[in-house]
Amino acid sequence: MNIKELAKKLQNVKLTSGHRACSGCGFPQIVRAVLAATDDQIVASCATGCLEVTSTIYPFTAWNIPFIHNAFENSAATIAGVETAFKSLKKQGKIKKEIKFVAFGGDGGTYDIGLQSLSGALERGHKFVYVLYDNEAYMNTGIQRSSATPYGAATTTTPAGKVHPGKEQFRKDITKIVVAHNIPYIAQASVSNLMDLTMKAEKAFKADGPAFLNVLQPCTLGWRYPSDQTIKMAKMAVDCNFWPLYEVENGVYKLNYKPSNPIPIADYMKPQGRFNHLFKPENKWILNKIQKHTDEEWEKLLRLCGEN
Amino acid sequence: MAKIKALTGAEASAEAMRQINPDVCAAFPITPQTPVMQKFAEFVADGIVKSEFICVESEHSAMSACVGSSAAGARTMTATSSAGLALMWEILGIASGLRLPIVMTIVNRALSAPINIHCDHSDSMGARDQGWVQIYSENAQESYENTLLAVRLAEKVLLPVMVCQDGFITSHGVENVAVYDDNKVKSFVGELKPYKPLLNVDDPVTYGPLQLTDYYFETKRQQEPAMEEAKKAYQAIGKELKKITGNDYGYFEEYQLKDAKAAIVVLNSTAGTTKAVIDKLRQKGKKVGLLKIKLFRPFPYEEVGRALKNISSIAVLDRSESFGANAPVFGEIKNALYDAKSKAKLHSCIFGLGGRNIYEKDIEDLFSKLLTNKLKGKEYIGVR
Repeated sequence: MNIKELAKKLQNVKLTSGHRACSGCGFPQIVRAVLAATDDQIVASCATGCLEVTSTIYPFTAWNIPFIHNAFENSAATIAGVETAFKSLKKQGKIKKEIKFVAFGGDGGTYDIGLQSLSGALERGHKFVYVLYDNEAYMNTGIQRSSATPYGAATTTTPAGKVHPGKEQFRKDITKIVVAHNIPYIAQASVSNLMDLTMKAEKAFKADGPAFLNVLQPCTLGWRYPSDQTIKMAKMAVDCNFWPLYEVENGVYKLNYKPSNPIPIADYMKPQGRFNHLFKPENKWILNKIQKHTDEEWEKLLRLCGEN
Repeated sequence: MAKIKALTGAEASAEAMRQINPDVCAAFPITPQTPVMQKFAEFVADGIVKSEFICVESEHSAMSACVGSSAAGARTMTATSSAGLALMWEILGIASGLRLPIVMTIVNRALSAPINIHCDHSDSMGARDQGWVQIYSENAQESYENTLLAVRLAEKVLLPVMVCQDGFITSHGVENVAVYDDNKVKSFVGELKPYKPLLNVDDPVTYGPLQLTDYYFETKRQQEPAMEEAKKAYQAIGKELKKITGNDYGYFEEYQLKDAKAAIVVLNSTAGTTKAVIDKLRQKGKKVGLLKIKLFRPFPYEEVGRALKNISSIAVLDRSESFGANAPVFGEIKNALYDAKSKAKLHSCIFGLGGRNIYEKDIEDLFSKLLTNKLKGKEYIGVR
């Protein structure tokens, strides 16, 4: 699909405007791009979180497709139930149409509280696409750390204090955890590259089994940058190799983008208020540690992708 | 015609599931629920049922998948016990709040700690305020028939229903069970006509929206008339089922209660033991009787009040505690008798926690104390 085709597909509005997401939030674009990637009918589930809360304030809904929110930790189990119902009713001839299934969840609902539900649904092989919009903390409840929160970030539960300088652990590599389930299609994408995301969503919908998309979605409130900088933040995350764009198709890793001149990760962190404290001279060692870790992870990924 | 089969309570529930032939079943193994799902899995494996069986990775996901499946428009069933029900607790309220007609067999088992696999009612009693209809079953036969009734009831009033039976005592004990003609049961159960299913993609609906101070209260308020409706529908559907089974589906069963001076109120398998004792004591001229609760949610206060009003001495047996408060069944009976302006001497007795046996002798002693006014305060039967 090229950008003109995408623009045309977006005319079929599956998530309407008028939702209450923050100015500068990235997930409406992510959701729309993903939903535009198939012409089949879609049923969506969604974990409790920003997306669900801002798009379904009763008596309104922003969803023009069938949608179910169950709880925080069970978006995958819920869509597994919907998909199985479809399978059963289709087998009985009660449904004729082809329907695709997509589950949305934030990082809290995926890396943390929903990990078991996701893992179970992936292992059972339900035919659905799981879309993780990763904004790197529990933003809906007020910016608490999750296991997706990057090292050094200040959150309301890991504030930059006199003794503890923000979060002191590196984030979990959820994409690799999903890879370990040996499902047909997994990809990491960013809201800064909608064509790449759409291409990946198309592949995900066509996969013969579960598929997983991990999409970086900067959060203006949680990351503390001006609301017109979301796409720029997401792009810088890719350009500093913190958020590589890659896919794993039937077990084969492929790098989708290799920055010719990666920017230092400090350049990406500098405009974000959550990292302010790291730019004090006494915290220089933390920046170095983060750069080193990013470089190591990038090297590992290059090897997996056969790039060096 | 009915076939008499030697079945355990668990197999009897599975037999009901075979005849109901749900579109989807999602379950996770837990003792003593396992034989229900294992038997059903055999039906699936042999193609005897058309059902899709999701072997989920936890009870939380079992109920979550049931919510998804039921909202999608599929007839959906599951089964669990004890910790499994406790793990589902969050989603139980979502199933009822979203008005999804899921039917679940509960094989009653004690909750931890200490961990224990045997029967008591702390699991289902702990879930009694989650908006599910609860039906209790004395034996395998009732478990089977109540499950058939539950499907119709759930789909009529759009509420989920639990059908409870005693762990091991009923679930693993073999009894003669009359299994009714497949076709008759099939036509009784009928086809699900789903209300606003997700899979009707031409009419997209949003399930589970956010409702704050402006709408939440109204939505929850609507669950109350649904329960009132469930009470009526239970009887109406019971009358239909009676045409096949010949059995009555009252809110409760009265056994030698009309002229009783002393009565026991109990639910599930202990009612059977109590009946045996009553038969013995009646032969000796003792006026003793039983009220066995079948429908616990919605609770038939008025009818129970009327049935117990003129009995002077009553013991309510609970197989679970509500620590620091009236035990679950006792509390309801007390409420019912207050409304009925009864002057009965009412006693709370806790028994059988963690599967501790209760014997005919215990019940005989209890009746004797009731008849001679020797019961003081709350009793614990069989505890050291």
